[in-house]
Amino acid sequence: MEIGPIWRAMMRNKTGAILIALQIAVTMAIMVNAISIMQEKSRMMSRPSGLDEHNLFTIQSVGFADDFNERVTIEEDLAALRAMPGVVNAFQTNAIPLSGSGWSMGLQTEPGAEIDGTGVGLYFVDEHALDTYGVNLIAGENFSPTDITWRELVTNVWPGKTILTVAMAETLFPDDAMSALGKTVYINDTQPITVTGIIEKMQGSWPSWDGFERVMLVPHLLPWEDTQYLIRTEPGMRDELMPQVEEMLAETNKGRIVRRMRSMDEIRERAYRDESSMIKILTFTIALLVAVTSLGIVGLASFSVNRRTKQIGTRRALGATRVAILRYFMTENFIISLLGVSLGAALTIGLNILMIETFALTRIAWYLVPAAMLILLGIGQAAVLGPARRASSVPPAVATRTV
Amino acid sequence: MFSYYLKLGLLSIRRNPLMTTLMIAAIAVGIGASMSIITVNYVMSGNPIPQKSDQLFHVQLDSWDPNNPNDDGSFDPPDQMTYTDAMALMKAGKAYRQIASNKSSMVLVPQGDDERPFSILSRNTWADFFPMFDLQFIYGSGWDDAADYNMERVTVLSKETNERVFGGENSVGRTVRLAGMDFQVVGVLDEFHPVPKFYDVTNGAFNEPEEVYIPFNVGIEYEIPRAGNTNCWKPIDGEGFEAFLNSECAFIQFWAELRSDEEEQEYMDFLNAYAEQQKEFGRFPRPLNNRLNDVMEWMEDQEVVEDDARVMLGLSLLFLVVCLLNTIGLLLAKYLGKSSEISLRRALGASRSALFVQHMIESGLIGLGGGIFGLALAWLGLRGIEMLFGDMVENLVGMDWVMVLTAIGLAILSALLAGLYPTWRACSISTAKQLKLQ
Repeated sequence: MEIGPIWRAMMRNKTGAILIALQIAVTMAIMVNAISIMQEKSRMMSRPSGLDEHNLFTIQSVGFADDFNERVTIEEDLAALRAMPGVVNAFQTNAIPLSGSGWSMGLQTEPGAEIDGTGVGLYFVDEHALDTYGVNLIAGENFSPTDITWRELVTNVWPGKTILTVAMAETLFPDDAMSALGKTVYINDTQPITVTGIIEKMQGSWPSWDGFERVMLVPHLLPWEDTQYLIRTEPGMRDELMPQVEEMLAETNKGRIVRRMRSMDEIRERAYRDESSMIKILTFTIALLVAVTSLGIVGLASFSVNRRTKQIGTRRALGATRVAILRYFMTENFIISLLGVSLGAALTIGLNILMIETFALTRIAWYLVPAAMLILLGIGQAAVLGPARRASSVPPAVATRTV
Repeated sequence: MFSYYLKLGLLSIRRNPLMTTLMIAAIAVGIGASMSIITVNYVMSGNPIPQKSDQLFHVQLDSWDPNNPNDDGSFDPPDQMTYTDAMALMKAGKAYRQIASNKSSMVLVPQGDDERPFSILSRNTWADFFPMFDLQFIYGSGWDDAADYNMERVTVLSKETNERVFGGENSVGRTVRLAGMDFQVVGVLDEFHPVPKFYDVTNGAFNEPEEVYIPFNVGIEYEIPRAGNTNCWKPIDGEGFEAFLNSECAFIQFWAELRSDEEEQEYMDFLNAYAEQQKEFGRFPRPLNNRLNDVMEWMEDQEVVEDDARVMLGLSLLFLVVCLLNTIGLLLAKYLGKSSEISLRRALGASRSALFVQHMIESGLIGLGGGIFGLALAWLGLRGIEMLFGDMVENLVGMDWVMVLTAIGLAILSALLAGLYPTWRACSISTAKQLKLQ
């Protein structure tokens, strides 16, 4: 190989090479860190909710008439909803998973105000909830109709039963999550509640909360003017049923307004809109960045080919084959790119450390660095191919002409 | 001389259109990417009330759990206040102006049978809210102190609400049905979209302001349902709304207007004295930890500019660096390619400094071109961000003239910086050697 002469030629005109190498290095630092952020975001988004998401939707009912009766309305609504053809089940609740608004409490395994409870997302439900959510009860039993009572508007009295997610049971009983079944836990510092069931997986209201998968279900109906229903339909029936349900609720009681009807898919899309948008922006940024860097390589290589036309001609005249010329420029670019990606690896890790310290981001996966090095080397070779081929087609006769 | 150099620059730019296009494109892409992100950050970190942001203070009292601070990591006091404390501070009236406020949701029933009732958000606050935050009215004005104490059912409508309910007419004196009661309209606000919505960042720093305003005491008296965050460290003692009001549940944002450092100090002393007095009643079990933050301090404390936005800002600036490295390389190639021309001009008597100025002007022209195209790309970028994030960012994606000038300025500055080294190299060419080579 002719690395020696190529290196010496490069050393005579360092600046151009250094600029390309630097550009490749910074490109790599941005690219790898951006990909790492994208991975983190998509991990966050891919956590399963445990729900039968595609067949769920929610609707809000807000009573305003002077003679509006919350309890009667809710009971009638639920009966009507459950009787609708195509509806699998429905119940009234205080909050919808992933929706960004909800209720949280603390639970503890020993009573006492001085003990720090474990934060948990809380949903008020009735015996139809498990079937409506589509969650998997792996131990214990569902609430029975007799467990369900009306909650007072402002109260600190809690029913004696709860169903927890495995994630919550695990936090309370780290040795054996399943041992939570039948145990007494305490809410409001001192009030005992028995764990009567454990569900495999469910999510709370706030995706960025570290207690997102810690959930407790509390058997209560809520006599609220402003309330929500969660409705599960037969597969594929959701879009057809949504307007029907809206109309049915609006028609059966004129003393309320029906609003904010959203499918669970919409709620998920909105919950992760920041994340999915950031993934899209970063993808676009990386594409643009690679394009800019490749164009830079093309531009500088073309310039260098133009400037060396005469030398190339001379080499050709002295017997160098076209392949040798091609190889010259390819090798030159390879050396520059190799310097670039090596510096890039250091920059990437440096930037990552900075971001971990400033923004509590995660560490980049080890394989991203070598993968990015290979990809950028490949991109460099592809970018230089055009100018190099043009160089190789310089006829030997050029050597005989004056400029 | 300048116009001559300008002409030379334009000529040179035209002589090599491909390279020029590449350079302008590189700068434009870098400016476009960084400026769209800079704009979002700039708006997020903007001062929503610059004329008096250093006189408006968010008030925090640490009434929290003896065993457990409000915020495990930082030991900050709760960002909102309990009803008991807010009322005590309002009653004391120690600040030049002060307001407690919270957010409610209610149903508005328009007059006329065809109109459908709709759900709206209300800010329940005190008379001083309007002068304190410099709100402008189209019709009427805010209510007076008497309305607060007599629990008069009066309301101020946002411009949009007035348009929706009264078709934009002067509705002062008319009644509107809210939460099942008649309220008399006393004022209609002009456009009001503070970004961030500084007086209630707890419930969303970039939310739109509420649609109507009613006296705080009316909201309490008629138990209008709260719509904002409520945070309690202690179980409510007893049942019913009265028990909730007397509880340690925080749901109120409290602001004070203090016109000087002296007033601020006096108010801080008052807060601490109040906390000490409450300790005697067995409340405020935590160490003394009360806070006064002016608007911008509070925005910083609440980390209104999200981490993601700052990460994107860092990455986009690095992107600009790549684009500049690119431009430096291309300019270098271009200027060195002009060696013979430069040597000729030197030989004919042009000084080095004249050539330097000439080439910097040429670089600046490329920067200007990049800036203009970059601005267009930034605008496209912002529309893209708007499309992706939807209504969550509608207040964040507008470019004002500061951003436009910044974009152009940044582009020219970048191009000049990028041009510095290539120009220096081009001007230090050995004239005699170059000419001999010809």
